Order: sequence, then C-alpha cells, then structure tokens
Amino acid sequence: MSTELPSRQEVEDLLYKEAALLDEWRLEEWAGLLTEDAVYEVPPTDAPEGDSRNTLFIIADDAVRIRSRVKQLLGKAAWSENPRSRTRRLITNVRVVGAEEDRILVTANFAVYRMRYESVDTYIGHYDYKLVRFGETLKIRERRAILDNEALRPHGKISFIL
Amino acid sequence: MDNSADGYIVDDQDKGLFRVNRRAFTDPECLADERRRVFDKCWIYVGHDSEVQHAGDYRSRNVAGRPMILVRGDDNVVRVLLNTCTHRGSLVCRQKSGNAKTFQCPYHAWTFNSRGQLVGVPGEDSYSDAFKRDEMGLAAPPQVDSYRGFIFACFDAATDSLYDYLAGAREYLDLVADQSELGMKIVAGQQSYSARANWKLLVENSYDGYHGLPTHQRYFSFLSDIGVDMKGRDVATPSYQKAVDLGNGHAVVEYQSAWGRPIAHWVAPFGEHRKSHFEEVRRRFDERFGPERSRRICETSRNLGIFPNLVINDIMAITVRTFYPVSPDYMEVNAWALAPADESAEDSALRLDNFLTFLGPGGFATPDDVEMLESCQRGFANREVGWSDISRGMKRENPSITDELQMRAFWRRWNQLMTEPRVKRARKAA
Repeated sequence: MSTELPSRQEVEDLLYKEAALLDEWRLEEWAGLLTEDAVYEVPPTDAPEGDSRNTLFIIADDAVRIRSRVKQLLGKAAWSENPRSRTRRLITNVRVVGAEEDRILVTANFAVYRMRYESVDTYIGHYDYKLVRFGETLKIRERRAILDNEALRPHGKISFIL
Repeated sequence: MDNSADGYIVDDQDKGLFRVNRRAFTDPECLADERRRVFDKCWIYVGHDSEVQHAGDYRSRNVAGRPMILVRGDDNVVRVLLNTCTHRGSLVCRQKSGNAKTFQCPYHAWTFNSRGQLVGVPGEDSYSDAFKRDEMGLAAPPQVDSYRGFIFACFDAATDSLYDYLAGAREYLDLVADQSELGMKIVAGQQSYSARANWKLLVENSYDGYHGLPTHQRYFSFLSDIGVDMKGRDVATPSYQKAVDLGNGHAVVEYQSAWGRPIAHWVAPFGEHRKSHFEEVRRRFDERFGPERSRRICETSRNLGIFPNLVINDIMAITVRTFYPVSPDYMEVNAWALAPADESAEDSALRLDNFLTFLGPGGFATPDDVEMLESCQRGFANREVGWSDISRGMKRENPSITDELQMRAFWRRWNQLMTEPRVKRARKAA
C-alpha cells in the first residue's frame, strides 16, 4: 500500500503551527503534535548525517525525554531557560519529499532567533520530519534539526526546543 | 576580609579563608599573562590516539589558540604539527579531518609529507645553496607526548616530562584507560560550543560538587521520574566520596553516584534484560583488578581536572572536555565521548543515550552550567565586589566533594605560575 502524500499546504499548516506553539512556549500543546513514540534529534555540527546510536549528538530525545524536557522547561529549575528566551522561527522551503512505509518525509529550512539578555543568537539549518497520518491529522513521528552552524558559538547551548 | 590585597588570591590557611580576585576573570592583561605563563608553559591536551588510527589519518584542530594538525605519519608515529606553511604562512591543511599522504600548501604548492617533512618546492633551483629543504619542514611544539592514549603538547622545552607533569592525575587516567583491554576510543561527533564566561569558571564548575543539587535539580528529578533509585545516593551525602589534590594543579572528586554507569553500574532504566550482562562485565573487572579497584572503575564517578584546561569526567558516561579563552569573558569549548574501543553497538547506544541525559549543550544539565558561568561573568561587572570566596571545607580534615579543595588546588598552581619571576623558574616537585 502506498502512502498518499499530503499537500504542501497541509504540511505547512502543521509546521507553522508547531513554530507558533514553540515560540509562544505552549509546550504541552506542542507535545500534542507528536506521536506517542516520537523522536527529536539535533546531530553534532561535524556529523550532520550521523546516527545517534553510534555518534555523539547534541540532542537525541526519545518520547520519555521529550516529555521530560517539556516538563522541565515549564518548571522553574531549568535555569538556562529561566528567565525564558524569546524565540522567533522562520520556516521556509517546505517540501514533501516522499514516503517510507506510512511515514511522510518532509524537509524545511529554518532560521531560529533566540533573544536573551540582549544577545541575539541565530540557529540556521533544516528540519527533516517524518510525519504519520491519523485520519484527518498529521502527527510528527520524528523531527531532526540539522544545524548549518559550524559550532554553537557564540550560542553556547540549545536550551529551548529547536 | 582584606579587600585591599592586590594579588590574585588570598590563601589564609590559619583562618581557613581562600579568596580569588575577580580581576582574574575580567582583566585582559591577566589573560595576556595567562597565554604566556600558563598555556605556553603547561602540557595542553591535543587529542586522543584513537582519532588518528591509520597511517595518514589527520585532524586539524585549534590547540591553545594555534591551528595544529594531529597526524599519524606513514611511519605510524603520531605527530602534532603546527599548521602553517614554513614559506609564507598559509594553512597547509584546510580540511577538518581525513587521510592524506601529503599536505600541499594551496598558495605556492609547497608539499609536506605526513611526517611534516618538506618534499616538494616548485622551482627549487631558484633558491641559493643556503636554502635547506630539510630545515623547512612543518614545525612542531617543543614537546609532544602521550599518556595512555591522551596526546598532549607543550610549548616550553624546559617543562617537566608529561609523565611527571601529570603527577597524581595518572592514577585517575588509568581508571579510565583500564576500562577496556583493547583501549579506549573517542566516539564520532564533537560537541563544539562556548560560554560567555571566563575559562576558569568552567574549571571550577567541572568538579564542583556543591552546585549539584541547586543547579541540577531538574536532572535529579528526571532520574527519579525514570525510575532511578536515589536512596543512599544523594549527591549531597554520598556513601563514598573524596576530593584529592593531585599535584601540579590537577584535582579530582570521586564519589558514589545515583546515576547508572554504562561501563558496569546497572540502574533500572537500563532494563532488566541488561542486568546479567552488567553482572558479567563486573565479574570480569573483579578478576582483572580485584574487588576494590573494580568497584572504583564500575561504580564510582570521577570529575577530573588536569591543569590547566582538560576535564575528563567519568560520570554517567565519559566526557573529554577542553576549552580555551578567546577573551576574558568568552571561551570556546570542545567535548567528546570516550568509550571502550570494543564496546558492542548496543552498549555504545546505551552509553551515548546516558551521556545526553546530562551532558552537552543540549543535555539536561550542561546548559544550566553554562547559564551559571555566564551569570557569574555578568555579576563580575560589579567591580565593588572584588573577590570570590573559595574557602569551603578549608579547615576540614577530609574535605568532601561539596567542599572546594579541588578548586583551591587549581588556583594555587595557577597563582604560582602567574606570579613567579619570569626568569627560568625552579622546578617544583608535585
């Protein structure tokens, strides 16, 4: 059975909604866009094509860690995000590039600006998504944020959800 | 306290007070002095043997502010070469890593082999007889040596041998290196990040047991949430702990920790199916090293600081971390994961997973450490508050890991190097 690909507009609606929820720190709602077994990864800047099972990533969250990350960020003790950063995400060049079994492959470019203590740090790169359709809704099974930045300098950290 | 002192440290062992002048964190002249007196005198970590496994393998890397090449020559000797053409200066290696028989300068095509020897000069007949090709190879630091796979360079030919320099730290490097009979390896993937803070704040932070609970509360909540048994393994009162001054500015804290250790300390989130495998690994360590040393390797965590800027923390995974100041209030940090070379794919995946729970710029702890260092640096703008206090546990016979003995060991050595007369310094035993 071949998976019917969604329109670009349907995918864009999902990605733009995701970006808005993250920028607005509505993280519980954001987590609701993900499947129960979702994965969120940020590969290291020197191995963007790496596999988190044999390569040291920056972030390689399974569903348990994604939920914990949300809980931590919404609590008071995540000092690197207390006070919170302002972020603004520009999501462009959205493409539905194919399917693997029931997973719809999507790629999109991002520029994420993080403002904190009057510094502006820019995270540039692209997302590789694997989406799954549940009836009328598309959900995120995998999101991988692949940085073009050669190092997290001067950013120092990815303390919010990229 | 005496705020009028103009030195870098106040070290009053009678009263039990230790203070550091915040100028050490903010003053550009202090940093200029550090480059000469600390980074140009001490052994500086370059990389690990496993990063250049085969003849011709190389890594270009910034070490103590200099572009260098770590390369295994065609003679199988690992060298550290200064990445600058002896002709007019261009970098001769402009890739981050790879395998090469030669490095050819792109500017005028001078060619150096993997041992650094100059082997090709276009139009060599235009040079006089005084031009000697064999004097024009790539330069190297005056001293390069390694200990159990960890490769260091030193820019001062008069500095003690690496073996002597490492002093008491060797025992703790051994506890890491002994984790595999086939040697340890740096895992693919480098965490390249930074902090808007003085580099010495990261030295202090990397073995600071006192900050564990307040700064990393979210991490311990996470451990508890995923089912790690925290009973009797509270970081503030571990059942076993010690802080040791290892000489020459090196120091370590060693303690019983709550978190699992992929080498051989099982915790519930690792899964029941792995339990017998962990017991088997532990049994082999018991056989190799006896119960006491085996217990240290398997169960205890160690945060090791090797003076001046190398941290090897063998905690919920092993991280090798080095950093260098760009300016008094900004440092670049590089970190790697170290693992047994013969670790299975499944064990390696578990190790990396455990690493990322705490460590690295996207972990549940390191970002908060960076935050605290940056917060300190901003606080230093209050020049009216001229000193930081590092007195904790100073009068205690056996300082705990939540005391500050380890930082005092660093600062005493740092202060000695920064204040001793510049003329040929006397060698001092550890």
